[in-house]
Amino acid sequence: MELQLIGITVLWIFLYGYLITASIDFGAGFFSYYGKVTKTDHLINKIISRYLSPVWEVTNVFFVFFFVGLIGFFPDTAYYFGTALLIPGSISLILLAVRGSFYAFANYGAKENNIYSFLYGATGLLIPASLSTGLTISEGGFVEEVGDQVVFKAGNLFTNFYSWSVVLLAVVSVLFISASFLAYYADKAQDKQALEVLRKFAMFWSAPTIFASVLVFVALQRHNPEHFANILNYAWMFILSLICFMAATYFIFNRKRYGTAFIFVMLQFFFAFFGYGLSHLPYILYPYITIYSASVNTTMGWALVVVFIAGLFLLIPSLFLLMRLFLFDADYVKGNKGK
Amino acid sequence: MLSRLLTSLTLGFHIIFATLGVGVPLMISVAEWIGIKRNDPHYLLLARRWTRGFVITVAIGVVTGTAIGLQLSLLWPSFMQVAGQVISLPLFMETFAFFFEAIFLGIYIYTWDRFKKPIYHWIISIPVVIGSSMSAFFISTVNAFMNAPRGFKIENDVLTDIQPLVAMFNPATPTKVSHVLATAYLTSAFVLAAITAFLILKGRTGAYYKKALKLTMVASFIFAVATVLVGDFAGKYLAEYQPEKLAAAEWHFETEEGAGLIVGGILDENNEIKYAVTLPKLLSILAHGNPNSEVIGLEEFAENEIPPLFIHYLFDLMVMIGMYLAFISFLYIVLRKFTRFNLHNKWFLFLIVLGGPLSMFAIEFGWIFSEVGRQPWILYQVMETGHAATTADHVGTMLILFLLLYIVLAVICITVLRKMFKDNPAEVEFEEASHSTNNETPFH
Repeated sequence: MELQLIGITVLWIFLYGYLITASIDFGAGFFSYYGKVTKTDHLINKIISRYLSPVWEVTNVFFVFFFVGLIGFFPDTAYYFGTALLIPGSISLILLAVRGSFYAFANYGAKENNIYSFLYGATGLLIPASLSTGLTISEGGFVEEVGDQVVFKAGNLFTNFYSWSVVLLAVVSVLFISASFLAYYADKAQDKQALEVLRKFAMFWSAPTIFASVLVFVALQRHNPEHFANILNYAWMFILSLICFMAATYFIFNRKRYGTAFIFVMLQFFFAFFGYGLSHLPYILYPYITIYSASVNTTMGWALVVVFIAGLFLLIPSLFLLMRLFLFDADYVKGNKGK
Repeated sequence: MLSRLLTSLTLGFHIIFATLGVGVPLMISVAEWIGIKRNDPHYLLLARRWTRGFVITVAIGVVTGTAIGLQLSLLWPSFMQVAGQVISLPLFMETFAFFFEAIFLGIYIYTWDRFKKPIYHWIISIPVVIGSSMSAFFISTVNAFMNAPRGFKIENDVLTDIQPLVAMFNPATPTKVSHVLATAYLTSAFVLAAITAFLILKGRTGAYYKKALKLTMVASFIFAVATVLVGDFAGKYLAEYQPEKLAAAEWHFETEEGAGLIVGGILDENNEIKYAVTLPKLLSILAHGNPNSEVIGLEEFAENEIPPLFIHYLFDLMVMIGMYLAFISFLYIVLRKFTRFNLHNKWFLFLIVLGGPLSMFAIEFGWIFSEVGRQPWILYQVMETGHAATTADHVGTMLILFLLLYIVLAVICITVLRKMFKDNPAEVEFEEASHSTNNETPFH
């Protein structure tokens, strides 16, 4: 396999990891606030914080890993995306900081604070929206090279149909992924009331997820026909994704096997996300950067791959331990073990 | 210029939490270990309470760390495009170390009462200590690289012949890394000592506080000795590889043998030094370990390659604070061992309390000194800072936004920490813990 392909695959896997773990986190923030408004928070908040508290930092690392790796494997991206993303990137950072400090705050019981839980809920929706602009920009049309300067056309981004459809997809997927995971977690904890609330959320957000996905296809066809044509070559991945979605909703609707349902949700996004990524190749930023034009010096590239593999040997057992202690330990999930 | 301001703002804020993030896990681990070995519940409680406060600083450290990580590309796109070819390895490894630490910190915090044998819980603290120190190690090699770029060649503005390990283990790496680690440990230990001393001053005089003070002061002394030693090596490094930084720090204009060390003083418009104390030959000793050796002066450098001269003040302050911390912790140990002096004397405690914030200032001064000292270069003798900054608009607006953000974060951090410990003194918690050992839920 070519070095560049390995590099982009590694990065895409980490971005996928972030997509799933962060969605759970962001969606939980929104549900937690929504629960507060509708006075159902006492039902679901325990479930949410029992899962999120030990893992939020890990979630954050997936993101750091992605952007450090991207610059590592493809230094040119720093130049283009760095310039283009100054505003959306900084806004995401500020939102992430507000959110991160919530965990500091929550540690001594400030969840009761209304303003803060509003911020926690709002950032849950705004962060995916602001981060998704990175993906939108990669489709081209928002960055222009004038002389030796990179100019970012922010106005275009705000009035573009495609960019809004991506934002919509990001937000509803976050809510869908999060609700289906939390429903599974509540089921494991045998917390019937929480399960009912979360199951409803999952069902509610399933239809918009598919609607938004279709919208993105339509918008992409208009925005970047070349990429759209490429997507059709990988149509089977998107069909698989749809099948997984149907399987997941089938289980959730019939109130059974929430664990399997969540695996199907993960697969649904896996196929869609990798299908999207694959059809986007070889471009990283259309049409300026391809994975070949931007890639790091080969010596460094291989050094990174070696470190990456070594790192995996460290991370996989550690992640496994983390999951065993907090995700698959029935006593902990039910809240019987020291928090 | 705005890019520089915003980067310094973020870094300056992040460093407070990063320093604690590197040093405090070590102190926690040591306290828990002593507690388990001696079967002393005081030390165990100490580890627990430190951890609880630590969580707050970690949360802010993580978000500001994420900010600086991304800001590097947002504010210095051209720099990252070039240097990314060479520094991506340590950056990548740093995130691995961070990942490793994050996983085990999560486990450590939420498993206090889950293992039958307490030693298992202590074992989990080791990867946290390793992870935090390793990430400091890797990120310091990046900074060392910026001070001493090695491991590549430049042909027609393109970097070729890249040797990742040579770049990582450049001449600046040993002194940089050891200085960063030693001072982070020292600062953390001293900050914890200062907090303890403050509480004793406020009238908390139980055995818990005495043990806490003893542990932190002894640790401070060990790290202070290491810091002084490493600081001396760092001086010798500068003399050899970045003489203009040392010369600017010491207002050493003329190259001479047996150069004196200037302490304090001010510089007027004509570059005349006033009100300074000169310690003869000490600069030569600092630079080369030989009182009569030659030290290169600023006259040897072109005007536009000299760093700003105000860094002398920072250098002096950093060194003086380092000496102060070493002296106070040394005094504590001597008085404790050889005299019957009351160590909880009001004035002595006050001096310890003072050391806490001072040590943090020393970290900030040291970093500003080191960073401003390599201006005008972003990559020493390779790339100028001015050519690396972003060309995008709105940096000013972002500067204001981030400034507001950090103010808010700082306020949150202080209020949360204060409330957390004020409402729940150690004595009370200790009583509760010894009454109901099975039913503890320290984390909510």
